[in-house]
Amino acid sequence: MTSIVNFTPIASLAGGALIGLSAVGLMGTLGRIAGLTGIVRGVVPPWMDGQEGWRLAFLIGAILAPSALYLANYWPIGFSVPVPTWTLPLSGALVGLGVTYGNGCPSGHGICGLARFSPRSAVAVATFMAAAAVTVFIVRHVIGA
Amino acid sequence: MSLEPELRSLPTTLALGLVFGLGIAISGMIDPAKIMNFFDFAGNWDPSLAFVMAGGLAVSIPGYRLVFVRVKPLLADGFSLPRTDRIDAALVGGSAMFGIGWGLSGFCPGGAIPALGLGRVEPFLFVAGMIAGMVLARGLQARWRQAAMA
Repeated sequence: MTSIVNFTPIASLAGGALIGLSAVGLMGTLGRIAGLTGIVRGVVPPWMDGQEGWRLAFLIGAILAPSALYLANYWPIGFSVPVPTWTLPLSGALVGLGVTYGNGCPSGHGICGLARFSPRSAVAVATFMAAAAVTVFIVRHVIGA
Repeated sequence: MSLEPELRSLPTTLALGLVFGLGIAISGMIDPAKIMNFFDFAGNWDPSLAFVMAGGLAVSIPGYRLVFVRVKPLLADGFSLPRTDRIDAALVGGSAMFGIGWGLSGFCPGGAIPALGLGRVEPFLFVAGMIAGMVLARGLQARWRQAAMA
């Protein structure tokens, strides 16, 4: 049975708008896609191309903001990892492989790609959303039933 | 590598990273439990992620439109956009693999990187696996290209 839990429409809309603002800002200043796949990959050998500086600055900012909220004890939304710890490196490896072949994740394909009406991004978003939904269904309702 | 134009842009990109991380935290994208609940249509469903996408696109669609009116961005010589529009097996297969990994833990790259700032061990375990996966994919891609050329 479906029941709606922890729904946060206002905070999620506002947070989403900030993600969009960051994407527009990065395109308007450096002409770059604010996709975390490309930005993380660009600071890992052998992708380094002399563009590590802005990528590292962006990543540091992205890490510092939630840190500051957390240290200031302003934490309106929770953080919990509802899966066994051993699945994390495995899930990470699948994500790392997948976003490299698929050339993007929800930030790059979802917010940036869809905003450019890229058919590639539309296919990528539809595919990873469907795959995630099927995976959660299997883990929670087939295996975990 | 010429550092000078890069150095000029660092405060801007740091600020844009802060805005991104703030958005990820406030929207709930940072919380793996929330992501997994979004995909759990048959159980405890949390529709919030759809609102994150809606809020993001409501800004990025008109914002990009304004940005692309200009011939070039403010701090660079041109726009760096993907050069291909091919929809191929790598795009679909890679995205499917990403979706499986995303569904297993609720972490995606844009959620996990800001989560590193929370001082918890789980995001580090995920990000370590993710970087290993990226490096492995790169190695496989290079081998594939070599084999195709041979």
